Amino acid sequence: MAARVARPRRLGPARRQVGDRFAGRLFRVYIPVAIFTFVTLFPFYWMAITSIKSNSELLDHTKNPLFVLQPNLQNYADLFFKTNFIHWTINSALVAIASTSISLLCSILAGYSLARLRYRGANAIGWGVFVTYLVPPTLLFLPMAFVIAQLHLFNNYLSLILTYPTFLIPFCTWLLMGYFRGIPRELEEAALVDGASRVQAMVRVVIPLALPGILSAGMFAFTLSWGEFLYALVFMNDTVVKTVPVGVVNELIKGDEFFWGELMAAALLGSIPVALLYSFFVDYFVAGMTAGAVKG
Amino acid sequence: MATSTRRVVIGRLAGPRVRLFAHEARLGYLLLIPALLLLLVFVAYPFLFGIWLSVSSAQIGENGHFIGLGNFQFERTDSVFIESFLNTLSYTAVTTVFKLVLGLVMALLLNQVFPAQRFVRAALLLPWIIPSVLSTLAWRWMFDPTFSVVNWVIIHSHLSANGVDWLGKTATALTSLMIVNVWRGTPFYGIAFLAGLQTIPVDLYEAARVDGASRWQQFRRITVPLLRPVLLVVLLLSTILTFGDFTLPYVLTNGAPYNSTHVLSTWAFAIGVGGGYIGVGAAISLVLFPLLSAIVAGVMVILRRPE
Repeated sequence: MAARVARPRRLGPARRQVGDRFAGRLFRVYIPVAIFTFVTLFPFYWMAITSIKSNSELLDHTKNPLFVLQPNLQNYADLFFKTNFIHWTINSALVAIASTSISLLCSILAGYSLARLRYRGANAIGWGVFVTYLVPPTLLFLPMAFVIAQLHLFNNYLSLILTYPTFLIPFCTWLLMGYFRGIPRELEEAALVDGASRVQAMVRVVIPLALPGILSAGMFAFTLSWGEFLYALVFMNDTVVKTVPVGVVNELIKGDEFFWGELMAAALLGSIPVALLYSFFVDYFVAGMTAGAVKG
Repeated sequence: MATSTRRVVIGRLAGPRVRLFAHEARLGYLLLIPALLLLLVFVAYPFLFGIWLSVSSAQIGENGHFIGLGNFQFERTDSVFIESFLNTLSYTAVTTVFKLVLGLVMALLLNQVFPAQRFVRAALLLPWIIPSVLSTLAWRWMFDPTFSVVNWVIIHSHLSANGVDWLGKTATALTSLMIVNVWRGTPFYGIAFLAGLQTIPVDLYEAARVDGASRWQQFRRITVPLLRPVLLVVLLLSTILTFGDFTLPYVLTNGAPYNSTHVLSTWAFAIGVGGGYIGVGAAISLVLFPLLSAIVAGVMVILRRPE
């Protein structure tokens, strides 16, 4: 309940214009919103409906594909008992949680240092961190494979836990710098005058006030590491250490044969954790993004 | 405990300023260590190593030796490379324009009042947050050559007798890639713009309305200029991500048909990991670097320019 206090302003204010007619709003607002929602959600409907169809129904040309006649959970049963899907889910969760924690820790410390402390080179280092954006995984994956081989980390969770922060830290640091700058210096100075050390002031005053920003940075990091594909594809080859995206693509597609029922069941299940996360915290996320983006 | 420490310190109030900044530099550098260490080992070092790979004859299991610009020579003559280079450019340019426009429309809509608002906002964000491998698989199934639901709808509504061969021809396959990318990327623009819109004071619109400004004038004169900072940041992030996009093209087409829909990332993967020519692969992916730098430099110049 303590979180309630820090809850950002609910989005979507009532900006109803005077003299609005229903017909006008119908064409200007309701219909476009309905179209957007339909296009956005249809693929998810299609995932869900496919996942509960039997194979014979899936490949039947004569029936309407938009509905399901005999729903069954066979695809889910196959996914759980005939593949390593459960392993993949655990791996994904482990890697995502660990790399998010590492990234948040590094970014809070670096963001605080760059935004709040005055020393030589802070500005240049800040830009340096930002510039790592220019070298995305796509550019690095081949040499990175050599580095991972040198460290003997192939098929080891650490290969992902240590490399994911490289694309998470720049954004999180940058977002948190914006947040830290927005917290009045006087609050911190008051704590220092009261005898707190610099570290205490950071932990007790600045970090609690930046909690919404930390939460949205964490959500961002978790989402990216939950869905990351390229590094996991290159570094994880044993079936039991794969993450969900890699396992699904490598093992539910055999050559030209696609097991669509299982694939869609896996796609739906793999989407649920992040969907849940955002359905609870979407307002924090948006508020945090703006604070970072606008001030940063 | 807190009170006792406080009492002790009050006695030393003489020079709080000195105490404030005494160890600031040391602490500053100390706090940077974990982040910088990770970035040095896993970004700077691989990046430099990648430059070395691109000028070496390295293959899988073999370290290779210096061969000058041989790998880049290969690029000049390889038609798939040239095609994937052009595909990368058009993929980024076309999708960015669509995402920008649709994202703005989405934000303006979400800023209105309508029923089930919270649900719609969370729903519209979905494509951007769920793993792109998984959503792209759903699209691949929707574009399936024989069981495409999109074609089923097209055929049964008599728009076309045979539907569209979505992933079978170069032009339609590229269009499919762009459609999925726009579907996936628009919510990011939409949510960022929405957040930007809500920082604009409502008084401005009220004042404009009193002065007789039309909706379009309000949009042109108030909304667009005030959204500019958010717009540039979003554009920057999205362009970098789209340029380097690997997952979506890999899962949807992986170059099919006939290596005609590769982008730089998937082609580098096919050569470097699939073919084992790591040096050539590294040379291909390094091409992204000057492109990205130019774009980022451009956006930075605009971003820092005063109004």
